[in-house]
This record gives sequence, C-alpha cells and structure tokens, in this order.
Amino acid sequence: MASGQQWVLVEMVQAFYEAPAYHLILEGFLILWIVRLLFSKTYKLQERSDLTEKEKEELIEDWQPEPLVPLVSKDHPPPKYDVVSGPTSHEIIVNGKECINFASFNFLGLLDNERVKNQALTSLRKYGVGTCGPRGFYGTFDVHLELEERLAKFMRTEEAIIYSYGFATIASAIPAYSKRGDIVFVDEAACFSIQKGLQASRSNIKYFKHNDMDDLERLLKELETEDQENPRKARVTRRFIVVEGLYINTGDICPLPELVQLKYKYKVRILLEESLSFGVLGEHGRGVTEHFGVNIDDIDLISANMENSLASIGGFCCGRSFVIDHQRLSGQGYCFSASLPPMLAAAAIEALNIMEEDIDIFRLLRDKCKHIHSALQGISGLEVVGESISPAFHLQLEKSTGSRELDVKLLRGIIDYCMNRQIALTQAHYLDKEERFLPPPSIRVVVTIEQTEEELEKAASLIKEAAQHILQHTVLGH
Amino acid sequence: MLIRMTESSVKKLSNGDRCYRASNGVKPGKNGCVKNHYLYQKQHCYPEEKIYHVAHNGGLYKRPFNEVFEETPMLVAVLTYMGYGILTLFGYLRDFLRDWKIEKCQNATEREEQKDFVPLYQDFENFYTRNLYMRIRDSWNRPICSVPGAKFDVMDRVSYDYNWTFKYTGKVVKDVINMGSYNYLGFAENHGLCADAAADVTMKYGVGVSSTRREMGNLAKHEELEKLVARFLGVEAAMAFGMGFATNSMNIPALVGKGCLILSDELNHASLVLGARLSGATIRVFKHNNMQSLEKLLRDAIVHGQPRTHRPWKKILILVEGIYSMEGSIIRLPEVIALKKKYKAFLYLDEAHSIGALGPSGKGVVEYFGLDPKDVDIMMGTFTKSFGAAGGYIGGKKELIDYLFTHSHSAVYATSMSPPVVEQIITSMKCIMGEDGTSFGRDRIQQLAENTRYFRRKLQEMGFIIYGNNDSPVVPLMLYMPAKIGAFGREMLKRNIGVVVVGFPATPIIESRARFCLSAAHTKEMLDTALRMISEVGDLLQLKYSRHLLVPLLDRPFETTYEENEE
Repeated sequence: MASGQQWVLVEMVQAFYEAPAYHLILEGFLILWIVRLLFSKTYKLQERSDLTEKEKEELIEDWQPEPLVPLVSKDHPPPKYDVVSGPTSHEIIVNGKECINFASFNFLGLLDNERVKNQALTSLRKYGVGTCGPRGFYGTFDVHLELEERLAKFMRTEEAIIYSYGFATIASAIPAYSKRGDIVFVDEAACFSIQKGLQASRSNIKYFKHNDMDDLERLLKELETEDQENPRKARVTRRFIVVEGLYINTGDICPLPELVQLKYKYKVRILLEESLSFGVLGEHGRGVTEHFGVNIDDIDLISANMENSLASIGGFCCGRSFVIDHQRLSGQGYCFSASLPPMLAAAAIEALNIMEEDIDIFRLLRDKCKHIHSALQGISGLEVVGESISPAFHLQLEKSTGSRELDVKLLRGIIDYCMNRQIALTQAHYLDKEERFLPPPSIRVVVTIEQTEEELEKAASLIKEAAQHILQHTVLGH
Repeated sequence: MLIRMTESSVKKLSNGDRCYRASNGVKPGKNGCVKNHYLYQKQHCYPEEKIYHVAHNGGLYKRPFNEVFEETPMLVAVLTYMGYGILTLFGYLRDFLRDWKIEKCQNATEREEQKDFVPLYQDFENFYTRNLYMRIRDSWNRPICSVPGAKFDVMDRVSYDYNWTFKYTGKVVKDVINMGSYNYLGFAENHGLCADAAADVTMKYGVGVSSTRREMGNLAKHEELEKLVARFLGVEAAMAFGMGFATNSMNIPALVGKGCLILSDELNHASLVLGARLSGATIRVFKHNNMQSLEKLLRDAIVHGQPRTHRPWKKILILVEGIYSMEGSIIRLPEVIALKKKYKAFLYLDEAHSIGALGPSGKGVVEYFGLDPKDVDIMMGTFTKSFGAAGGYIGGKKELIDYLFTHSHSAVYATSMSPPVVEQIITSMKCIMGEDGTSFGRDRIQQLAENTRYFRRKLQEMGFIIYGNNDSPVVPLMLYMPAKIGAFGREMLKRNIGVVVVGFPATPIIESRARFCLSAAHTKEMLDTALRMISEVGDLLQLKYSRHLLVPLLDRPFETTYEENEE
C-alpha cells in the first residue's frame, strides 16, 4: 500500500517535469488567482454604493437621530431618592425623620465603630485620601499589601487581591478567566454584577433554575454528550459554575456541598460570590464554605465586597495563587482603575481585627435573624422569602395585583407607613429592563447586630400593622 | 471632506479669528512634505487661503495647538524589533528548558486534584508574561508608604528568584521625587484644608455607606457634591459615582444600545472600551485624534446606515478623552464639536486627566479651547487625579442626569461613595473655584501650567523624543527598546526619582516609553533635579534620539479603520 502511494507520487513528479512550460505558467497563474480570491474581501460595503455627493449630502441632511435619552413626560417625573442626612448607621435620618436602620447592609455594625473610624483617621493623616494612580504606577501602598495578606489569612487561602469598587470585583474577575467560547453555568438568581461580568466575558452562558442541582446536572450532562461528539473542542473549552453564597435577590444559601460534588464529577470550576455571606455565615464569619464545612481549596475563586460586613468600600477575590495572581494583569477593574484609598483599606483591616477578636458577633447576628424571621411569619398578604439565618431577606406580596407598578406602590405604602414610625426600610431595587430574570418586587429587610430585641419586635409588629392597614385597604378599595 | 466641513464652519464660527501656525519653530519633516504635497494637489478645487486654514486647523482654534509626534528613527525601530526577536527566541529556549526540567519552573501550578480539568490558561497566553514581563517586573507595582505627593517614600524590595517573588527588606527609600502619580494639582495631602475636612467627616460618618444610592445610601452629602460639580463644570446637572472606571463602563450601556453606533478613538481607555462593548452597540474605531478619519466614519455611517439592513442608525455617539494618558495628546475638541454638530452625533468626553489640569481655571479641555460646555453632551471625568480623591462624575443636561439616576447601573447596584472621599472632593473643588476665599486653587493651576511648559521644553532641548501637546501635563518620553524599559525605571529609582515606564501591550510594540506626570506640587528645584537625572540616565542609555524633525499629528499616515461587531 505504502509503495503504491510512493509510485503515484513519483508519477506526479514526472508529469510535472514533462508538462510544457505554458501549461505550468497557466497553472501557476491560476493558483495565484485563487490565492488572491481567498484573501481579498468579498465585497466592500462602503464602496459599493453609487450615490453622488449630492445624494450623500441629502442623506446626511435628512438623518435625524433619536434623542440621547428618551423624553420623559411631565406626568412621570423621575422617582425621588430618599435622602439620608448624616451617617447611614444604626440610627439614621431619612427624609428628615429619625429612624432605626433596617435597610443598610451594615450587618456587624462596624460602620460607626470608633476603633474603625480611628484607624481610618490615622491612615488619612499618614497617606491623605486619594492614591492618585492605579496599582501598577505607584498606587500600591503598604496598607494594600497588608489588607491582602490579612484577607488571605482570614479566609485561609493562599492569596487575596483587592479592588477599589465592590461591584467591579466579580464583574472583572469573571472575564479574566472566562473568554469567548468558554461555558459558564449560572444560577438564575445571580446578582447584577455577575450578569455584567458574564456579559463582558462574551462566554457561552447557560442558566440553571435557582438552587436546582438537578437542573444544573441536566445541563452538565448535555454538555458531556456534546463533548463526546466534539472532543477536540472540549479540550480547550473552559467551564465554570458561578453561584452566590447567599443570594442577595432571594436570601437563599447555595447548596455548596452538592456543587462541589458536581464540580469534580463534571470537571467544572466554581466561582463563588460571597458579598452577603462573607462575615455572616460560619462560626468565624468565613462565609458559606465554613457554613457547610467545605474545604476552601475546592472552590476555585471566592469574591466578596468589603462594603457590607466590613462596612468599608471595595471588594476582594481570594483563592490559590495560581488563580488569583492572574488577575493582577488581567483583571480590568484592578489594572486600569485607581487603587483603593488607603484610609478605606485601613478601615477594612481594623474591621477584620474586630471580626477575628470576637466571633460571638456572628452567632449574635444569626440569633437576631432567626428572631425577626419567626416574628414576621404569618402576616396576611406578605410572605417572607429567604433563609432564617440570612441577615438580608425579602418580604414579597403573597398575591400580586397583576401589575408590577401597583405592587411596587403597595410595598412603598408599607415602607412609608413604617418610616413614619421610626423604622427605615427599603425596597429591593432593580433595573427592570436590564435584569435577565427580574425578581418580584419586595421589601428587603436587613438585620444588624446593633438592633435590639425591642427594635426587632417593633419592626416586626409595625410591618404586620402596615401590611394589614395597606393591603386590607387596597382590597377594600377594589 | 474635512476641508469642506472646516470651510463652512470657519465661515460660521470665526470669520475674523486669527489663525495660528502650528509653530514648532522647526522646519517640517519628511512626512510633512508629503502631506503638503497632498494638499497642494487639491489646490485647484479650493481657494488657497482655505487650505491654509486646513493645514493648521486654524479657524476653529482660539489658541495655538502645538502637538507633535516625532517619527521613530529607522535604526531605532529596526533595533527594537531585533530586541523583541532576541527576547522571543530566548523565551522559547527557556520554555524548552523548563519543559525538560533543566530550568526550575517558578509558575504557580494547578492543584493535583484538578490536573485533568480543562487548563485555566492557555500556554501561549502567558508566554509574554513569563519571558518578557518577568524580566522587568520590578519596574511596576512598587509599594509606597507615604502620601503620593511631590515626593514619596518607596518600600525597598529585593528578589532572589529573578522577579518571581519579592522580599521586603524593611528599608524605605525616603523622599523619592514623584514623577508618576496623577497628582496634577497637588491635592494629595495629609494636612491642610481638604484633609482636615475629610478627617471631620470620617469621625462623624465613618468610611462606608453599606447601601446603594437608590436604596438607603443617598446622602445629602452626595447631592451637595453633585450640585457643586454641575456648577464647576457649567452644566445643568451632574451625578457622581464611586469609581472612575465604572463611571464609563456602567453608564455608556445606559445611553446607547443595539442599533446605535459608537465611534471611538483607537487609544481610548479600557473603561470606555468595556462600556462600549457592554452596551451592545456597533463600535467603529478611528485613528487617534484624526479628524479626517472621524469624519469619514461619520459620513459613511449616515450614508450607508446599519450593515446589511441599511436602516439608519438610531444614534451615533463619539467617545473621546480630553488628555490621552499614554500619548500626552489633547483632543482636537473644536473640530470634534464642529463635526458632531454637522452630523448630529452625540459627544461623550472623558476628562479623566484633563479636568483640573487644563484651562485657566481648571475646568478642563472645554475651557482650554474656550468652548461652551453645552456643546458636549456627556461630560465625564474622575476625582482620582486632580482632586486627590476617588470616583467619577457625569455632567450634562438635566434630562440626561435624571435619566441616569433611574437607569445607571451604578446608582441601583453599587454601594455609594465613601463620605470622607466626597468631602475631599468638595473641599478641593471649592478651593479650585476660589470659593474658599483664597487664591490657592488658581495658583496651583498656574503652577502646573508653568511646570508643564518648563519641563517639556527642557526635555526637548536635551534631545529626547517627547510626545504630545505642549500644554499637556502628561509627558511621554520615548524609550523604544524593551531592554531600556527596565533599565530606565531602575536607573531613575537609583537616583531617587520615581517614574512610570510603559511597554507593550499598553503601547504599540515598538513605542515603549517612560511617562512623567507633572504636578503643581513640584517645585522648580525638584524639576531641575529630575531633569538633571533624566539627562544623565538619557546619556547612559542613549535615549536622546531626537533629530528635531517634528511632525504635526495631522500628518501622521492615514490608515484604514476597522470595525468591531457584537454578536
């Protein structure tokens, strides 16, 4: 067989020698022509038109763009924000009224902690406010290095990296790893910054039903069959699962142990967003991995912001150096943004100190969550959504009126009722048109360790009262 | 095409205006001749006087626009390519040695348990990092431990494994002259009015907010800041955001979407590029600061409409920056505005580096050219640089800001700005505006302008190739060869000057450079010291490439533009 092929080859070479010159030239020319056709553009869009200059001018004259922003009619003025004068701490002044804060994610009450403030002040007196540069160009301060080391140590990972903006953390981290053509499995309830990160990554995104491991496994199996059909592609397609530890949109905890099992079964990496669960779940506040006793090395990347429990600004990612170090050159929000003001980093370090010194605060927070959670059960018309140990959970209407606008109005009525009686609440706000899966309208209740038993009781009974008052009223009104 | 545009706008705008020559004071280079020749050919169509206007873009400008980019000397270009060639060859050689375990591989590696996963990084992705960047990694991320003012303290570090890891010796290099931070007006301070005000607010408010603007994080302080910013810029309203990068990447998607066209300068910052990509609009890129290229794109876009369907574009948004931080160039704003008006496009101006740093009262590039802020639809800028704080803003018409308040991703999903940071901006901005009753702000602006002119002139006289506009406080000094990037950074630090060096991929592959950022806080003595050291290192590394053949920007070769389509 091999010798047969050889023979054909020899014959071909011979034929080549025997062919007349004009034949070879013609063939050579044809080959060149084909090459040219292959490399030339099929058509040039802009040169194809045969408009005269005058016609072009007319077109330009005629073109009318849409306005930059849609015109707002006078009857629908833009919604007013609630104005907070003074700090957003436990006691808060909203729209001129003194209230107890049930709306800011200041779970551990570190926002107005004197120790934290003093550390921030000391840092301000040493470094000033701004950093005047990105990390690469003299924007790295010794405080940043210390905070990164402390965070890594606290989470018991090899390395941590800090960002100057909480939202940008996971939104930059995802596209640093997942690129065009890669596959990402995401929970439907994933928060907006995850969605933006996914969009920036341009990967192939597959949503699975919220916390539904069967649905995820179904998608993973589908992928497995696809892989078998096209093993070449499978070898270079990275795959990730993106989940939140404690979902901000639902108040649920992700089933991490099952996720880890699936990870090894289907060889998918897990990226975990812990903005709400960091400093909340687990005995030492290390988040959902500690809560379930999952080995933190089994999670490829953990991302969280420092704006909730740590009550500072910014965010961080942690994990193995192999993974994290990559972001120092590829995390867009890290490389191209000014670094975190050192005083904010110093505040975060002091907040970490407090978290390490006193692990009782995490238990205390859980107790308070359970307390108000049970106190809010059985309100007619309102349903409590979220885990009983979640410090941020939702109150949704049991029955929607059918129109989102009206639902929102009703909930706003309840909030105003409470706000007039010294309990500050807020709705969970979304950009309705931008969300991939828009959660139903809800009031988001936030528990902090500063809230006393009485305040929790008062909030619960007020909400009950308000619901009765307003929802009943509506029913009568119909 | 531009000729016609300028002609008509010249008539409209400034018939009596004086025209300035692009006066480099030096005869035009080779390239300039070619370009003049091109203009000359067209002469028969247009009166000679008009061509003069075009050649110098005179009529629209109220001040001289001196922006030059000297051509790369041929020998230098060849040597630079050779340098990269050698580095690449050695890179392959060392990768080969690493493969055969002859050289120790310092890379962090995948966990044993996950060795059979799809690799997280493709091997070639890291070739550049491993073999080129790692050699000079010590030139970046140098930690400092003081205010990033006119001088700072750099932490000493050593590496025993060729830059794979660093050890801090505990020593501190004191009083390094800071030529790297974007501290244009010198507001990076730990004492004085701004710091005192920020300190008070820290004790009163704490540093965090723990909620979004839309929910429970809308402080009266934020609203005060926004009113002040609007007044400062001379626009109807403004909105502030917690991060400069996110101001771009999270607001552009709120303004344009599918069916819209974004025309973006090729050298725009990563945040603008990301914002444009997230928006889902079609993106077309024009040559840097090249108005012919921009006008061609505008005309083609309107005449041909969207690709395939040929429907007219919904809106066209032009994205430009005031000062380009890697080139030191200033946007040709008068021409951009003339074009935008003619073609009914919208203009998004990113003043990250120009706000505070340009214009007689620090109001940025619009004031620098004596233009009306109302002609810019979206005025964006950051507080990181001139104000010594953090965050960004968008200013414009009231409708625009109202719309952003309800549709900005930042307002609804991101934690609002830290109160002490807000306070720092408010005090420094008031100081710039003279509302604190002193002339400190104005003096700083004046000082910065003087420092800029002095420093640039001196460097040019020394024979370095300097890019950019004579008035730009960002001063790129060309190094070209990869080996000189690290050498320059290290030699300068040895002489107690902190500089920023940049190479590929932040710049074109052969145009590696050092960058100096001037500050009002620099005294003449500091600048003289810095200049002396730069000259010394320049002689040592043979960096004085200039043959004083200055080529105006407009005469850089016109290249084709390309289009980026979203799925």
